[in-house]
Amino acid sequence: MKDYEIVNKRDLASNVVEYNIYAPYISKHCLAGQFIILRVDAEGERVPFTICDYSRENGTVCILVQTIGYSTLKLSKMQIGDALHDVVGPLGNPTDLSKYESVLLVGGGIGLAVIYPQAKQLKAEGKKVDVAIGARNISLLMYVDEFKQSSDNLYLITDDGSNGKKGFVTDVIKELVDGGKKYDAVFAVGPLPMMRAVCNLTKEYNIETIVSMNSIMVDGTGMCGCCRLSVGGKTKYACIDGPEFDGHQVDWDEAIARGKVYKEEEQEHLCNLRREYGEDK
Amino acid sequence: MEKINRHLMPSQEPEVRRNNFKEVALGYTDEIAYAEAQRCLNCKNPQCVQGCPVNVNIPGFISKIKEKDLDGAATILEQDNNLAAICGRVCPQERQCESLCIRGKLEGPVAIGNLERYVADYALNNITSNIKSDEFKDRKVAVIGSGPASLTCAANLAMKGVKVTVYEALHKAGGVLVYGIPEFRLPKDLVQKVIDRVTALGVDIKLNVVVGKSIYIDELLEENDAVFIGTGAGLPQFLRCEGENLAGVYSANEYLTRVNLMKAYDKSSITPVKRGKKVVVVGAGNVAMDAARTAVRLGGEVHLVYRRSRQEMPARAEEIHHAEEEGVIFDILTNPIRIFGENGNVTGMTCVKMELGEPDASGRRSPIPVEGSEFDIQADQVIVALGTSPNPIIKNSYPALKFTPKGTIEADAETGETNIKNLYAGGDAQTGAATVILAMGAGKRAAKAMLDSFTK
Ligand SMILES: Cc1cc2nc3c(=O)[nH]c(=O)nc-3n(C[C@H](O)[C@H](O)[C@H](O)COP(=O)(O)OP(=O)(O)OC[C@H]3O[C@@H](n4cnc5c(N)ncnc54)[C@H](O)[C@@H]3O)c2cc1C
Ligand SMILES: Cc1cc2nc3c(=O)[nH]c(=O)nc-3n(C[C@H](O)[C@H](O)[C@H](O)COP(=O)(O)OP(=O)(O)OC[C@H]3O[C@@H](n4cnc5c(N)ncnc54)[C@H](O)[C@@H]3O)c2cc1C
Ligand code: FES
Repeated sequence: MKDYEIVNKRDLASNVVEYNIYAPYISKHCLAGQFIILRVDAEGERVPFTICDYSRENGTVCILVQTIGYSTLKLSKMQIGDALHDVVGPLGNPTDLSKYESVLLVGGGIGLAVIYPQAKQLKAEGKKVDVAIGARNISLLMYVDEFKQSSDNLYLITDDGSNGKKGFVTDVIKELVDGGKKYDAVFAVGPLPMMRAVCNLTKEYNIETIVSMNSIMVDGTGMCGCCRLSVGGKTKYACIDGPEFDGHQVDWDEAIARGKVYKEEEQEHLCNLRREYGEDK
Repeated sequence: MEKINRHLMPSQEPEVRRNNFKEVALGYTDEIAYAEAQRCLNCKNPQCVQGCPVNVNIPGFISKIKEKDLDGAATILEQDNNLAAICGRVCPQERQCESLCIRGKLEGPVAIGNLERYVADYALNNITSNIKSDEFKDRKVAVIGSGPASLTCAANLAMKGVKVTVYEALHKAGGVLVYGIPEFRLPKDLVQKVIDRVTALGVDIKLNVVVGKSIYIDELLEENDAVFIGTGAGLPQFLRCEGENLAGVYSANEYLTRVNLMKAYDKSSITPVKRGKKVVVVGAGNVAMDAARTAVRLGGEVHLVYRRSRQEMPARAEEIHHAEEEGVIFDILTNPIRIFGENGNVTGMTCVKMELGEPDASGRRSPIPVEGSEFDIQADQVIVALGTSPNPIIKNSYPALKFTPKGTIEADAETGETNIKNLYAGGDAQTGAATVILAMGAGKRAAKAMLDSFTK
């Protein structure tokens, strides 16, 4: 097997692809909550993805990737048997859910990649775990069977009601907590606005809430400071201090502004690549 | 003693080089090098050698230039320094070897750095053979990081036949030499040539391996006879002031990494960097000069804000001079106190004027704020170059290892030995941010200590 070879690849939902990559250095020590950084080719950007699953025996790690920009589009053109140029990890700190007995995992969009290993782990440890996943529409829901097996209760919700309930994950949380459910912690992962909305709500209910920050990164080892954010008024690095933080302490406005820094450049690169692939409409 | 003026380094004109990333200093021609070599008096008791942290036999290699025996010059130089092509370009010679040159008092010191570069470049392009024995062919050493400390340690061991594996976290080897110092000062092709020489000795470089995450020090100690930690001091410090996390505020490391390692100076590069129109760089070391000169090349009007005066600037004299020639505006005796912005993006900085008071612990006169002197500078990009501290990954993953309160590794200054058996450390990881030559010296001494321990 070649280093960083794609050993398996499948489409999960519209624009979401699951990749299994041969990376024995990473699979040997990685734990739930950690991430990798990859470069598709020699000129590629360093882009981070959460380790969604792994196999120590096969030396592989699994990532779920939403195809949204230049690098992820390029990645989506890679086939089984092709090798990525670089993959480094496991980076960041593993999730520590040991102090909680009853957890509500909330995933939005690609955030499912982060909460899936958590669900698996909590279930395996015999703890109470409810899962609420939200997506814009039915074509974006994924891992439903996997989550069914790894949770006590699974709640699906779509913005447009095309599957299960119509609404947002915050509606689900409200219903559950108002209905008398007790959680030691909520673990929320998804787009920044969704995580912020969840945190605003759980703050009212006074439930500890952990979020996983997807800041823009370069090295992922603490060398550049690009991934920094303010947590409780202190500067933290998502890559070495996180990626998980107390969501009630995060400065969301700042995180959202920092996430948008390269919008123009990203758009331009994506358009160029689409043109190259003949996919521009 | 006949008076001959020091020969200037031929360089690209400021107006030209402001617009390109090609090397500024072009190197001596054979004629200039020969003429400059004549200036060396071949002192009986050469002070310059004392001023060199690795004690290169300076009069020795210069006399070979006088004889036009460049192979001989290279052999002498490389005995003490296997990164000479790099040191010739980035060492602060004016504070080391050249500061002690007898000629210095009259018409300027012998241009030792320029001559070192001349010989080393010749060697890189013309000499392939490398001295190698298989004395220690049954020994194995792991080296963590691939900056100058690690490369030197690895090369010195491999020359004695030791099987060396280097583990580097990034996708490219070289440490600060590839991600930090810009192309216009240290061409990356040249760094690659130097690294190729190290791998030609049989050193195996494994990229994309973060020790402490991908593999643990315990595992390395088990599989090897010794381990060297040369992980540098890469964690950037920020201003600890309001607004430091606004979009558009960069650490110099991020800015330079995007531009150098990820090639963002090329507009077609996939990794983006903001091209600030009005850029403020904070700090006055080599890192600040590199960031400022890079920002000039990306089209910005660049101000460099420094709280002391020009005399105290820690950068190499040549960098300060080049930065000024290229149009960097120095706002000295000025200290930032707040960064402000709109919609999360930086738009400027509030500064206060400073004056110099009594000398502090470092012997430099300490700056004191002038009351009521606050003023604003507009800027669409701020680059902070206020120093770095060691990366905590090793520390957090290996609590058995002793660290100083500053976060640097406690290691014997002479041998690099740590409190753990067979575990050595050196370079910026041990000293805090310092210089290429000091890192190199540490790597060399650790290699020697390891070899000594193998024969015991
Ligand atoms: C710790 C972490 C874990 C992540 N896990 C996943 C995951 O499991 N699955 C997944 O699909 N995505 C994940 N992401 C986000 C993913 O890294 C970005 O979607 C990806 O970089 C987009 O690259 P692109 O070139 O295709 O898109 P671009 O057009 O470059 O960018 C699209 C969006 O991605 C963000 N982005 C761009 N470059 C980077 C970068 N170098 N680092 C971080 N974000 C960037 C931008 O803010 C932008 O909003 C994670 C991010 C982080 C930091
Ligand atoms: C912009 C800039 C300009 C400079 N200019 C000059 C100059 O002109 N002259 C001069 O003498 N000095 C200069 N310096 C300082 C000089 O570059 C450093 O002192 C020198 O590089 C230190 O060498 P090192 O080998 O200790 O570490 P580094 O060069 O920092 O290399 C450390 C390497 O270890 C890797 N690493 C870190 N952690 C791990 C891990 N856990 N696992 C695996 N790998 C890891 C890093 O990725 C890096 O590649 C400059 C520094 C900078 C940043
Ligand atoms: S990504 Fe560079 S410090 Fe976190």
